[in-house]
Amino acid sequence: MKLQENSTGSPWEGLKALASGFFTLFKHLFRYPVTEQYPEYKRTLPARSRARIILTRDPDGDERCVACYLCSAVCPVSCISMQSAEREGGRRYARWFRINFARCIYCGFCEEACPTLAIQLTPDFEFSKDDILKLVYEKEDLLVDHGGKNRDYSFYRHAGVTMVGDKGTHMNELPPVDIKSNFP
Amino acid sequence: MELWIVGFILLIIKLIIVLVALLLGAGWMVWVERKLLGRFQVRFGPNRAGKFGFFQPMADIIKLLTKEDTVPGEADRFLFLFSPAVIATTTLLLFAVVPFGEGLTFRGRLIPMVIADFNVGILYVFALLSLGVYGVALGGWASNSKYSLLGGIRGAAQMISYEIPLVLSLVPVIMLARSFSLVDIVNAQARYPFIVAQPVSFVLFSLSATAEIKRIPFDLPEAENELVAGYHTEYSGMRFGLYFMGEYISLIVLGSLVAVFFWGGWRGPFLPPLVWFIIKVWIVIFFMIWMRGALPRLRYDQLMRLGWKVLIPIALLNIIATGALMRIGS
Repeated sequence: MKLQENSTGSPWEGLKALASGFFTLFKHLFRYPVTEQYPEYKRTLPARSRARIILTRDPDGDERCVACYLCSAVCPVSCISMQSAEREGGRRYARWFRINFARCIYCGFCEEACPTLAIQLTPDFEFSKDDILKLVYEKEDLLVDHGGKNRDYSFYRHAGVTMVGDKGTHMNELPPVDIKSNFP
Repeated sequence: MELWIVGFILLIIKLIIVLVALLLGAGWMVWVERKLLGRFQVRFGPNRAGKFGFFQPMADIIKLLTKEDTVPGEADRFLFLFSPAVIATTTLLLFAVVPFGEGLTFRGRLIPMVIADFNVGILYVFALLSLGVYGVALGGWASNSKYSLLGGIRGAAQMISYEIPLVLSLVPVIMLARSFSLVDIVNAQARYPFIVAQPVSFVLFSLSATAEIKRIPFDLPEAENELVAGYHTEYSGMRFGLYFMGEYISLIVLGSLVAVFFWGGWRGPFLPPLVWFIIKVWIVIFFMIWMRGALPRLRYDQLMRLGWKVLIPIALLNIIATGALMRIGS
């Protein structure tokens, strides 16, 4: 059986190709390496890179989370669990909120599902632990005192929710129409 | 009687020095290789353990020694545990006949800078190189793993094939030196190194010796991307370390053999003989590392074709040509 030859050029060309490879390597000896030395040098990650999850607050300093369970439902590895409760006045909140980071795959679905922008992923990835149970984060570990990526957003100030202010006083909301005066 | 004791003590001292130098050399060669390969690929290479990662070999040895020494369930236990020692031992023993300096005169006694000046030194080298095949083939077979077995088979086939051009390429050197002893071969190069007279031999020897110690581009027995790690896939801990060390010691031995056979051994102007010898060995090692960075692995049929259809005929022609020229010259 005659095997297909790989060479297409003359032996001289082959030799030249070999030599050029060796020469390129030799040139590399005098180049400064491109490696980033990680613990000493930390590259700033994009704001939307996905790592440690936080629970943010709205501009008034109140928790954004309304314990709607959407994040928990969409989580492909079921690492989010919570218990909803209701404050006086009817505002919902999570009595406890737990994320098991040992399970989390940082897919960001929870952030996408969240209607109030409460749950957000941050670029901080350096939170490995020596014990797997330490990766179970409770609500007090998750809650931060800022608004995360969208600091001005407050769910209750937008149209359709009557927790803060009356109808017609929210952003992007027209005053309510008096249906009885609306005859043609 | 007393002379005999003095000679014996001197021999032991020489042995210890050479052994320690070889083992340390092999350890730090791993560092040099990783460092150089890193720079060839525009990386740093190891740089965490000590300044420039200089203590990386120590860290490696500590890691290897403290790792679990696993034996696969269905492995041939005795052969599995035994074969790493074969490679390490044979390569260490190889260095016994390599002259690494001019003889010293100490209180009127001549101390030759070689452990054993065999009059059949070259045959001894070939014999031990062939024994090294057992380490590869048996280790691969005893592991009871398909990757190891394939690696072992490839290793055996390759090493046996390339032994022939290796031996044949040295025949002209023996003819020129008129001796099998490595010391005599170095002495025969007093006027000019044999690479001037035997460039073809030099190329043949370098190529087939590279194949013999399984370095890239002839590293088919290991072939990471086909065979996991080839014949030492199943080895862990210091047994893997022995294979690893054997490989690097054989690289030093190869460097010294090239220096002895073709570059005049320890001979050179200005610098002391030992320094010249070390420089020559390191040039070979540097080139080997360079080649590892530059070349891809050969395909198996290319390897066999190169060995049997190219190297062996050229080696035979070279012998005939050398013989004819020597006949005309005399």
